[in-house]
Amino acid sequence: MRVSKRASAAAAIAAVALVAAGCGGGDDDSDTSGNTDKTANGAITIDGTQPANPLLPSNTSETGGGDILDFMWTGLINYPPGGGDPVNAVAESIDTTDAQTYTVKIKKGVKFHDGTEVKAKNFIEAWNFTANSENGQQQASFFSDIAGYEDVHTEDPDGEEGPQKAPPPKAQTMSGLASVDDYTFTIKLAAANSIFPVKLGYSAYYPMPDSFFAASDKNEWGKKPVGNGPVKFVSWSDNVEIKLTRFDEYTLDDKVKIKDVTVKLYQEDTAAYADLQANNLDFQQQVPASALAGEKWKSDLGNRALDVPIPVQQLIAFPIYDKRFQNKDLRRAVSLSINREEIASKIFFNTRKPSTNWAAPGTPGAEAFACSTCKYDPEAAKAALQAAGGFQGEMVLYYNADASHKDWMEAAANSVASTLGIKVRAEGMPTFAVFRQNIDAHKMTGPYRAGWQADYPAAENWLGPLYVTGGGSNDGLYSNAQVDALYKEGSQAADEAAANAKFAEAIKIVDEEVPSIPVVSVSQQSGISNRIASSVKTNWVGSIDLSTVELV
Amino acid sequence: MGRYVLRRLLQLIPVFFGTTLLIYWLVWAVPGDPFAGKCGERACPDSYIQFMTDKYHLDDPWPIQYLYYMGHLLTGDFGQTFGGREISEIIAQAYPNTLKLALVALIIEAIIGLTAGILTGLRRNGFLDNLVLVSTLFLLAIPTFVSGFLLQYLLGVQIGIINPTVSSGAPINELIVPGFVLGSISMAYVARLTRTSIAENSRSDYVRTAVAKGLPQRRVVGVHLLRNSLIPVITFLGTDLGSLMGGAIVTEGIFSINGIGREVYRAIVTKESATVVGIVVVLVMVYLLMNLLVDLLYAALDPRIRYE
Repeated sequence: MRVSKRASAAAAIAAVALVAAGCGGGDDDSDTSGNTDKTANGAITIDGTQPANPLLPSNTSETGGGDILDFMWTGLINYPPGGGDPVNAVAESIDTTDAQTYTVKIKKGVKFHDGTEVKAKNFIEAWNFTANSENGQQQASFFSDIAGYEDVHTEDPDGEEGPQKAPPPKAQTMSGLASVDDYTFTIKLAAANSIFPVKLGYSAYYPMPDSFFAASDKNEWGKKPVGNGPVKFVSWSDNVEIKLTRFDEYTLDDKVKIKDVTVKLYQEDTAAYADLQANNLDFQQQVPASALAGEKWKSDLGNRALDVPIPVQQLIAFPIYDKRFQNKDLRRAVSLSINREEIASKIFFNTRKPSTNWAAPGTPGAEAFACSTCKYDPEAAKAALQAAGGFQGEMVLYYNADASHKDWMEAAANSVASTLGIKVRAEGMPTFAVFRQNIDAHKMTGPYRAGWQADYPAAENWLGPLYVTGGGSNDGLYSNAQVDALYKEGSQAADEAAANAKFAEAIKIVDEEVPSIPVVSVSQQSGISNRIASSVKTNWVGSIDLSTVELV
Repeated sequence: MGRYVLRRLLQLIPVFFGTTLLIYWLVWAVPGDPFAGKCGERACPDSYIQFMTDKYHLDDPWPIQYLYYMGHLLTGDFGQTFGGREISEIIAQAYPNTLKLALVALIIEAIIGLTAGILTGLRRNGFLDNLVLVSTLFLLAIPTFVSGFLLQYLLGVQIGIINPTVSSGAPINELIVPGFVLGSISMAYVARLTRTSIAENSRSDYVRTAVAKGLPQRRVVGVHLLRNSLIPVITFLGTDLGSLMGGAIVTEGIFSINGIGREVYRAIVTKESATVVGIVVVLVMVYLLMNLLVDLLYAALDPRIRYE
């Protein structure tokens, strides 16, 4: 998943997105349509943050770089703005009979920005590069479903603290990837997985041109990257701006209408906001926290304010490895004693909605993921605490203090303390790095803040990584054999509907056991300038959908 | 004079090693694994951590890492950030902007501060004196981030006579408002310091002599009074350039200027020791050289001061 740098620095985890508000019902408003001539030669400026790494899809897991990659690349499939099922992009078709072997046909004539054509090998080679542990890429684990992954990605036998080093990989290529012809390749998975095709729109799966493999220094290449998307790279001035321009030979549907895009890399979101108000900036993805109080941003921006629900949730996770939190009645008691309504309205000024589901609203299949303890019920909470036999000592809720989580975590702690009559307080850890270090090492001694942003729009993404044994983000080490079995059945189901039915069964057990507490789901408060038409939309990760931008 | 300058320059060497060692140790002591938070709400793959740890020698104790770093630095290589950017490039890009901003601030504070100080020092207890006293008190009481946001909002958003943020390359004309914000607190100090110094010296014997000789007022003030009165002010301004550069972090953030303040902050949080050391080393050097320059200026201001 991608974590937003600005988000971790300023409260709002910004991310995924559905609908651009403000376009309302009627398109008859003259303001919503753009001026074609102006648009064709037009330039816009949007806000961004300095990418943490060179622009390589294989090594980018934060939104600063991820947004640029998503502009510059087009994957096999696209996630449409407004939610719903993915649509084919570079892929002509993705077929399977057994949910284990997929045959991917790609469209002819799709070009990289250097003029070379996108072929099957560009996908295969890029994926093999990313998965290879010797290349040390952050996104390697996205290929763990593919047969032969263990041969190219070796694990350190005694963990990273131990003296031994990971052995060199046995192979350079994954056995599950095979090219049939220039425009066809097959993907064989280690086990059947009906959800796999949905993942293919994520940036880790983008194709890479020959120039990337020829480059001896990949980081240098990543400073002037070559993608296959609707806009191409022009220049990158560190911490100042990244300039992109329309790729005129782009053949797929999501062409951009405007000509130039400048991503201005702000240090502070308040500076971007000042520029937005003065119409020097055409799109700000998330207005600063200071503008949210009393809904100030709405009066500042008027009809230029967009409220976009995004599939991101803030949770409080339990360290199940700690004996004191192994009683599910206690966990239920804590969940039932948190007043989510009050947190959403008093602390987040209704820019967050109380969670009601285990998946963010809008995710396909999320309706069946209802959370029964996501309500404030003091009586039931007290009864659950009694059933658990009470709680000894002090419960400490942890959060990282370098982002604005203090207020809502303290409110949650107070809510639990006053409802259950036990000692509860919230404590900040100095930085996100220290916080994650303790979580990764399984050394947390109390429930802690967790934020989850979907990698791809599927209910599975809210179950597999978080609650299945060994899941990539199952940091609390929750484990339930039934959940694992149902998850496996769902993954191997023939189609997505059958899979979602199994996942819904699995989440029912999770709902009984409360390994974590969904607290609020997030929406994003964006703003546009008076230069662009209000028919603009945001893509599913909440970033601007460049193909919908028109100037007025 | 030459020997004095040489001796002062030689003193920079131990200071250079001392500060780099100290900073390296301090950054190393900041808790947290630099790669723990890099992959969001999930642990980074072991292979990634292993790759980066090997590349940056992070398994070694800090003195060894320091030696690696100094070895490279002495050949002119500032190293790379974890993201693969050349630190020398960061320094080359960010320093000029911060230096420009600090110089603009220094010039504004010198011009306004000195003028206010001289005028009030010569005519104490008048209306102007009280006005300056009150307004400097006001400036001292407002933190930089308040005055920064206020001016940005009023001039940039409401009236629209400036851009709320500084564009790339930080042209001087766009730095005037940020420079005013950055220099505003020191400006108050300069005004008060000058006022006191002028007020004291205007009662001294050599001024009375100069007046008694019948010299025009302009010469008495401009040459005799000012030269002596300016010594403490120049000392303050000289060291202030260093602290303005270091303290520009808030102003750079408000006006979105690509300077060293933000870079250093980010590098400390992400435990990029090489970046922190590289930037701070240059900052320390600027500070020391400014001090040297100030010391040399003394002789020009007061011929009684000699260097051996």
